[in-house]
Amino acid sequence: MNLNRRSFLVSGASALALLGVAAAWPVRALAKLVRPEAAFTATNVNDAIAGIGGAAETSAEIVFQTPEIAENGAVVPVSVTSNLPGTDQISILVEANPNPLVAVFSIPEGTLPTVQTRVKVAQTCNLTAVVRANGKNYSVSRETKVTLGGCGG
Amino acid sequence: MGNPMRIRATIKGDTTEVKVLMSHPMETGQRKDSAGAVVPAHFITTVVAHHNDREVLSAEWGAAVSQNPFLQFSFKGGAAGDKVKVSWTDNKGDTRTDEVALA
Repeated sequence: MNLNRRSFLVSGASALALLGVAAAWPVRALAKLVRPEAAFTATNVNDAIAGIGGAAETSAEIVFQTPEIAENGAVVPVSVTSNLPGTDQISILVEANPNPLVAVFSIPEGTLPTVQTRVKVAQTCNLTAVVRANGKNYSVSRETKVTLGGCGG
Repeated sequence: MGNPMRIRATIKGDTTEVKVLMSHPMETGQRKDSAGAVVPAHFITTVVAHHNDREVLSAEWGAAVSQNPFLQFSFKGGAAGDKVKVSWTDNKGDTRTDEVALA
């Protein structure tokens, strides 16, 4: 009897938790850019790229600026400029990070396809920019040497 | 409610260049404090920028964007007196919006 009561309470609690998730969901779904949750939690770079639209072919039309050598991996300036017509999304990935996907930018009509930010890089590795233009993904990778890791305390 | 952002928007010919410096710890959830306890993840997940009422950029971020994130982008148009507004939301549900007028 007691056991039944307990399992009933537990299922009630999980139902409530589900309701909470459902209530929180539409807020995110309303945004034009839906967060690619699976890509952000992916632990290797191929899974992360798959999560943002899959295999990317390399393109020389993307100008990806990263430092050759970063003294401090916690603050690595990166800049991505796409010369591909129809660019509507720019993503930045760092291969050696625990979760390689760093950021996804949605570029609406009227905004120049160029973004600049600073990222953490765990150790010397390839940084990849993925650009979506006319529904197709293109990428470019560059290696950055890190002398002090971005995840150290 | 986080600390204020520093936003600088400059008109450069027919485009407007926006530079934003946000104030946020951007904890990855992987770091440990001196007592060995894991510092819980606390990072900005979503950034949205508006020019007047038009959305000019939206971004989804992970924890690997650097502490006190810097962001620079440009959009076409922009005249003196126009408003540029930037908002962020973090994984704890905290949010901050700041606005500047184009000079």
